[in-house]
Amino acid sequence: MNDPQLETTPSETEELTLSQTKSGRLEPAPEPNELVTAMKVRDLSFYYGTFKAIEGINIDIYEGQVTAMIGPSGCGKSTFIKVLNRISELEGQVKVEGTVEFFGQNIYDPKVNLNRLRRQIGMVFQKPNPFPISIYDNVAYGIRLFGRKPKVEMDEIVETALKSAALWGEVKDKLNKSALGLSGGQQQRLCIARALAVKPKVLLMDEPCSALDPIATMKVEELIESLRHEFTIAIVTHNMQQASRVSSYTAFFSTDESRVGHLVEFGPTSQIFLQAKHPRTREYIEGRFG
Amino acid sequence: MAHSATHPEDHLLTVSENPRSNLLDRGFTVLVQGVALLVIAILLGITAVVLAYAQPAIAHFGLAFLWSTAWDVPSLQFGALPYIFGTLVTSSVGLILALPISMAVAILTSENFLPAFVREPLAFLVQLLAAIPSVVIGLWGIYVLIPFLLPIGTWLNNNFGWFPLFSTPPAGPGLLPAGVILAVMIIPTIASVSRDVLTVVPKELRSASMALGATQWETILAVMLPAAAPGVVGASMLGLGRALGETMAVSMVIGNSGQITASLLDLGNTIPSLLASQFAEAESPLHIGSLMYLALILFVLTLMVNVAAVLLVRVFGVKV
Repeated sequence: MNDPQLETTPSETEELTLSQTKSGRLEPAPEPNELVTAMKVRDLSFYYGTFKAIEGINIDIYEGQVTAMIGPSGCGKSTFIKVLNRISELEGQVKVEGTVEFFGQNIYDPKVNLNRLRRQIGMVFQKPNPFPISIYDNVAYGIRLFGRKPKVEMDEIVETALKSAALWGEVKDKLNKSALGLSGGQQQRLCIARALAVKPKVLLMDEPCSALDPIATMKVEELIESLRHEFTIAIVTHNMQQASRVSSYTAFFSTDESRVGHLVEFGPTSQIFLQAKHPRTREYIEGRFG
Repeated sequence: MAHSATHPEDHLLTVSENPRSNLLDRGFTVLVQGVALLVIAILLGITAVVLAYAQPAIAHFGLAFLWSTAWDVPSLQFGALPYIFGTLVTSSVGLILALPISMAVAILTSENFLPAFVREPLAFLVQLLAAIPSVVIGLWGIYVLIPFLLPIGTWLNNNFGWFPLFSTPPAGPGLLPAGVILAVMIIPTIASVSRDVLTVVPKELRSASMALGATQWETILAVMLPAAAPGVVGASMLGLGRALGETMAVSMVIGNSGQITASLLDLGNTIPSLLASQFAEAESPLHIGSLMYLALILFVLTLMVNVAAVLLVRVFGVKV
């Protein structure tokens, strides 16, 4: 990868993160024992068919925190996040070992209702994927799945969701226009609004900015910042600086020769970026591979 | 790199190294243009011939031909309405019957309800239905479909005789068997085109819907079908176009009676079927002219359906 952002020298990285600490963006993470675990992942291995994609993952995703997954391409970070709402099952035959608990309940329990689960754990995808219908109907889609609501109430839900996604001002005069008329960044914020409308407890974001330009990326990052207290967020990103800007916990994934993704290190973001315990994490943070 | 005086740069650009390839290029362009224009010439040629032969009838009956119901060869009275009616009714019945079945086939063969090794052959078999010659389907209609529909028609007439569509006792052949036959013939077209359209709906839309807690059915109904709607409309119009022009099979099961009746169980006739059955014995220029006039009407009808298809797709395409 020739991403210039990855070619900073260690001292520059330090300077960058320090300046962010001053501006209050890289807050010191709260102590884990003060936090409620929203999703607890233990000894997780995941297979597409017979191909083992990730193995032995142990992560706690804390309530009200932003947790970032970083790592080189093919390290399984996207696969991991798609296991958390079981959306990976759309891609065919899959197999899961280990446990994933959502507030104490195993989401791979056969009794779990997938539709209720996905309502609790929303997702924003890599490529903006609004439905080819109006902006309003996009946001209302998830609500309507679980029953009709009076128009006044629905209007309010749509407005609130669009406001929390910082999109209301830009679209309030064209709610009935097709969502496909929006710019890429607006479409992605619409997808975030759509996910927020059903009030999930956890919001999963799979490289939400990888298809966006820098300005749109900045807006989405600001949005994540504003959502962090209300929602639990897990975000996959290939952009380390983004991880350092938006998250309070970071998980570093990598692969070895077996091409199976595994978790190298997990901890408070400041620790991962400034004093990583594992040499591989340090190498990656310093831009020596990936 | 500097060029010497013997090789000025513009010389390098203007003179082809291989004059033969230049000639071939030009020749090929002319050939392709010629062949393409030939198709348009054929279209215009056919239109001109139909118009020319229809001229006596157009001059004699004028537009009144469209709503006249007479068809009396000895007294040379001709009118198109019963045949336009029969054509539209049988095609509509065919489309109404074919559309839900085709959608079911398209959904079944594009979703993962069945394992791929069952799904793919199934889709192929449905397409093979289109390969059966229409005269064979007509025979099937006479020997299997009509006897099969007869008791159903009798039951419908006995119990729902008050309803105009079933107001006469079934005659055996008639509008309903013709409609069913047409449905069978256009299902492969509508189903396979709709399936193709459904399979190219971006899979991101499906994930988006499922991630919001939708079930597979909710996703199909609320996302997949609306996204595929323009293509499905196009597919239906393709099917309708085929149904309007279908001759042989319809002619074998419709009863060939030029009447206008509300009852689907009664006899009827369509434009193509009438043309096929009367051309051999038409002698007077007015009779031939009337048949040609009918052909022209059919031509306009199918043209309108095709234009409507394009427009509908465009309208839907913008909105969706």
